[in-house]
Amino acid sequence: MSAEGSRLVRKTSIAAAVVVLSNVAGNASLSRGLRGHGPAPGAGPLAYVAAFLDPWVAAGVCLLILWMLSRMALLSWADLSYVLPVTASGYVLTAIAGHFLLGEHLSATRWAGTVLIVAGVALVGVTDPLTKERKP
Amino acid sequence: MTWPLVATIVGATIAADVLQSVEMKRHGEIRDFRPGTLGRAVVALARRWPLILAVFFMAVSFFAFMTLLSVADLTFAVPATAATYVFETILARCYLKERVTWKRWAGAALVAGGVAMLAL
Repeated sequence: MSAEGSRLVRKTSIAAAVVVLSNVAGNASLSRGLRGHGPAPGAGPLAYVAAFLDPWVAAGVCLLILWMLSRMALLSWADLSYVLPVTASGYVLTAIAGHFLLGEHLSATRWAGTVLIVAGVALVGVTDPLTKERKP
Repeated sequence: MTWPLVATIVGATIAADVLQSVEMKRHGEIRDFRPGTLGRAVVALARRWPLILAVFFMAVSFFAFMTLLSVADLTFAVPATAATYVFETILARCYLKERVTWKRWAGAALVAGGVAMLAL
């Protein structure tokens, strides 16, 4: 692999890790803050403003802003059809966070699904991040 | 109310992701991650209307996700919204003209299958 190719792979790995970790931590934090007392379906804007005052929700929103920005940066050089499955490893970490941090039940079927996702991520991870000509 | 929320999240996410991918490719690779340079890039990007539209769709998706999390488990909410994978891979091939190799199709199919099992 060329030096430019190695640089792109290394940069993509770091960016994908930031995207995945910020998404998992953000979602877990939001879930922790919203469970049972978040805005109900059809609630007005004030219910959402009130939800933001919860420290778990506020931390979750900050992490999800980091997720959005890092994902936009990743999409500036990597294909969407590459980014989607590679960042899907977040589903596995979300399942683990839901089980161990939030005490949610995970059945054998959900663990099997987790294994399938890992296989899919591994398969896409060996392809080039960018298949089209890069903009100079 | 759960499934209409999931449908809202999926639709808004697909629109946001495709718009973001088009606009970020148009902007070009971000190579310099120093805060000043990143700030200038954000200001430049904030003037592009498709990206503003993408952020709007992300906000719609986010508020629907917040509502979903208040009535459903995290381990349901996150996987259930992954129907986006199938639609976005098709759009990446047909609209964004990405070269989706058999490995990517197979990987996306495995992820979609795995996500479906997580939602069971």
